[in-house]
Amino acid sequence: MRRSRAETDTNHAKLSRRAALLGGVQLLFMGGLAARMNYLQVDQADQYLLLAEENRINIRLIPPSRGEIFDRNGVKLAQNSPSYRIVMVREDAGDVDDVMQRLAKVINLDAEARDRAIAEVKAAERFLPVTVADNVTWDDLSRVSVNAPALPGVSPEVGLTRVYPRGSDFAHIVGRVGRVSQADLDEQETPDAVLRIPRFQIGRINVEAREEALLRGVAGTKQVEVNATGRVMRELSRREGQSGADLQLTVDSNLQNYVQARLGDESAAVVIIDCEHGDLVANASSPSYDPNLFIGGISSADYNPMLESKYRPLVNKTVQGTYPPGSTYKMVVAMAALEEGIVGPDDTVYCPGHLEVGGRRFHCWKRAGHGWVDLENSLKQSCDVYYYELALKVGIEKISAMARQLGLGVRHDLPLSSVAAGLAPTKEWKKETRGADWVIGDTVNASIGQGFTLASPLQLAVMTARIATNRMVTPRLIKSIDGIEQPSGGGEPMGINENNLRKIRQGMHVVVNDRRGTGYRSRIIAEDMRMAGKTGTSQVRNITTAERARGVSRNEDLPWERRDHALFVAFAPSDKPRYAISVLVEHGGGGSTAAAPIARDVMLQALYGGEPPLDAYPTSDRDRISAQQEQLREVQPQATIKGKDQA
Amino acid sequence: MSYLEYNVKHVPTGLRKILHLNWPLIILLASVAGVGFLMLYSVAGGTFTPWAEPQMKRFALGLALMVAVGMVPIWMWRNLAGVAYIGTVLLLLGVEFFGSVGMGAQRWIELGSFRLQPSELMKITLVMMLAAYYDWLPAKRTSRPIWVLIPIIIVLVPTFLVLKQPDLGTALLLLFAGGGLIFLAGVHWAYFAVVITAGVGLITAVFQSRGTPWQLLKDYQFRRIDTFIDPSTDPLGAGYHITQSKIALGSGGWTGRGFMQGTQSRLNFLPEKHTDFIFTTLAEEFGFVGGFSLLGLYALIIVFCIAAALVNKDRFSSLLTLGIALNFFLFFAVNMSMVMGLAPVVGVPLPLVSYGGSAMLVLLLAFGLVQSAHVHRPR
Repeated sequence: MRRSRAETDTNHAKLSRRAALLGGVQLLFMGGLAARMNYLQVDQADQYLLLAEENRINIRLIPPSRGEIFDRNGVKLAQNSPSYRIVMVREDAGDVDDVMQRLAKVINLDAEARDRAIAEVKAAERFLPVTVADNVTWDDLSRVSVNAPALPGVSPEVGLTRVYPRGSDFAHIVGRVGRVSQADLDEQETPDAVLRIPRFQIGRINVEAREEALLRGVAGTKQVEVNATGRVMRELSRREGQSGADLQLTVDSNLQNYVQARLGDESAAVVIIDCEHGDLVANASSPSYDPNLFIGGISSADYNPMLESKYRPLVNKTVQGTYPPGSTYKMVVAMAALEEGIVGPDDTVYCPGHLEVGGRRFHCWKRAGHGWVDLENSLKQSCDVYYYELALKVGIEKISAMARQLGLGVRHDLPLSSVAAGLAPTKEWKKETRGADWVIGDTVNASIGQGFTLASPLQLAVMTARIATNRMVTPRLIKSIDGIEQPSGGGEPMGINENNLRKIRQGMHVVVNDRRGTGYRSRIIAEDMRMAGKTGTSQVRNITTAERARGVSRNEDLPWERRDHALFVAFAPSDKPRYAISVLVEHGGGGSTAAAPIARDVMLQALYGGEPPLDAYPTSDRDRISAQQEQLREVQPQATIKGKDQA
Repeated sequence: MSYLEYNVKHVPTGLRKILHLNWPLIILLASVAGVGFLMLYSVAGGTFTPWAEPQMKRFALGLALMVAVGMVPIWMWRNLAGVAYIGTVLLLLGVEFFGSVGMGAQRWIELGSFRLQPSELMKITLVMMLAAYYDWLPAKRTSRPIWVLIPIIIVLVPTFLVLKQPDLGTALLLLFAGGGLIFLAGVHWAYFAVVITAGVGLITAVFQSRGTPWQLLKDYQFRRIDTFIDPSTDPLGAGYHITQSKIALGSGGWTGRGFMQGTQSRLNFLPEKHTDFIFTTLAEEFGFVGGFSLLGLYALIIVFCIAAALVNKDRFSSLLTLGIALNFFLFFAVNMSMVMGLAPVVGVPLPLVSYGGSAMLVLLLAFGLVQSAHVHRPR
């Protein structure tokens, strides 16, 4: 099938035309592509460049590490420990239920925890990481990492969590942290950005809460490059935050531990103050609880017993609890009277066992009466009638003014939660709050620290320190912040006549060291460490005439709630005071039997800076004390520190 | 057959043929492949594995294959055209029954360790078949209906089979390439006018019918078409790829962010960064200059092919060369339109640059035919 040359040429010419046409179309199209490329890459480059940056750059907050808390000797009371947790991002996980099922198999999550985690993940923003398992062990963490391909959106994280190595010893001082709640955020106008970091912890009570501003620190930021799935590829830049300030407390953790152990399960409080600087060297409220239980949420099985216990472990009795000070208030009345010059130290009052005032009979604790008593004897034997007489002469206003000067009825500024002001009542106060006139009986009651008068163990310790030093000793709890020593609480001279004070101190000395003193059984026999103190027994009930007629019930026969509070305040050494102490045993009975022995043990422990030698104790007590020391030596604070098996 | 009219004395023989290969074309192809290696090296994060090295090996193999094919006289290929076409159609049928499923579509046959993708091969054998057909067909019959119907069937049979896989992209490429060749062969304008009018009319009718009682498609089908045409209506699904791709291109700017500095590809914002979307990495890292240069290389390849076709007096050779050039053009034009957001996302790789063995080998095989046509052209 030959073809003519002409036909072939015609064909070729046609082909060439069409080829040129098609080629032209192709080049035109390529021109279009170039134009599009120009549009995207040159005309709109800025816009897309910005989008690309937004795509890849993510600004993340670096949580500051919380300041740590130490005792006066540098023992850690609150520290940050690494904790491992598993987080999940809903966006990356896809099917949350399915992934959680698989995760539960990998790290052995129980059904309840799993369902809760699923609910939390579903409730959160889809791109936010949600913690699905907290405080996991290193093994679990590794298993999650190894199984990462099967667990999309799940990643292990290392964070810091607060740990209280001294556990229950410091729950009432250091307090505890907790997770930021929505209420915390709503409270503030412009909440600190760090609060929005998932699982960020802020102080809940006591020092942790009150010194939050110091402890928290400032968050840093880092710019990270993320890939399409949000995974961090590298860090571009980092602006370091500032970690929180380290706090050193005035508390001696050894002494604190001893005091808590000494109090045991008793519902009691002990405050011991260093007279020179006002340092709280121990501040124990018992029973206590383990603050570590609260980190990461406490179970109701742990929490409910604390709430329901009649011993109120959650209440800090040293500053929060206020009690009628009972006979420990007698120093205040005596001081007021001496300062006013109404009585002299040697003036005597006859105590027949009761005093008739305004048609009412006020009894002395000793029915038979004390006979003629002067100031020293009135303290030594704690004669009530002497103080009834004094108070009637001085008047409530002067007494309460003296009380405030000694630190009662005023709120001391301590970084603890709910520091109570107590009450040194005045006529005006009663008018305002009770709407009733002050009656003479009120003054009589107040003279022995009953009636309206209320004081916290802290206030009683401050009062004792001020009597011991004649200075305005103010309690301090923070010794130094980041190594910077805080102002001493030693205080200015009070300007009270030293001679008068000396009389009071002498009275307190004989309370403990005189054979007939109410605190004689709790004396210290080490020569240079004699203790001066005052017992107190405050009623929590009214003794009716009928009861008095048939004989006042013994404390042991009453239900716990109606027994007297036992109090004791003391300072030592009596000639050169170093420490002032107050002890309160709720419903403990008599101050001399329930509170004074504790005060002595703690005082000796403080004075010796450790376990005192037995010869500081009276000979008759040594066997018992020896056994007690043996027993207390082993008591360790309760501290549940989770995730310990990671190491 | 028409070849016998020409003097074949001057056609080189033996190894001297190597000197007569279309060397500028080979250099251009190697340059484009070089760009590919560079980009594969870059998207792998600066390593030759897992993409650049196998790609280089395949290119070397493909180059050898191209030269080998180029050595074989063009009339041998013409005589084989029918067999090759029927063979490939049978392979496409084979995929229906024995094929493996990859990426949700049946595309290849496992032949031992080699994966044969018949639809790739089909692009070449279809062009061969049509070129041979029009070489055989006397010119005055070209526009007669019966002789127009035959090439239409030749095009539609493989198109239908590829569409069934389903591989819409390749099916469209086959349709366009076949149509282009029929156009080049000189079929009368009127046929094209009718087909284009009918096509436009049908599409208009379908869209016009939307929302009326007699609408031609179901609602969900319309919605699917919507996202196909405009992916931005589904920003996290289909639209995600195209948005990220545009960001990559745009952030490249004039000169790009520098080799291996592209954040979009490095951080996996780009899908299929080593295959279909590799152009975005190039455009991001080398900017407009880089993208335009690659486009320029492609344009030169097309121009050299058209030039070679125009100087070739053999009808089969000319048609074959033009058809292969058209195929090549369709490849990169569709791919680039896709990544620049001008066309819907269909799985079409960037020729010689995207990672993929089958496509590259077939493409070099096709250029081997172009070489053969060039070497054995009548003088």
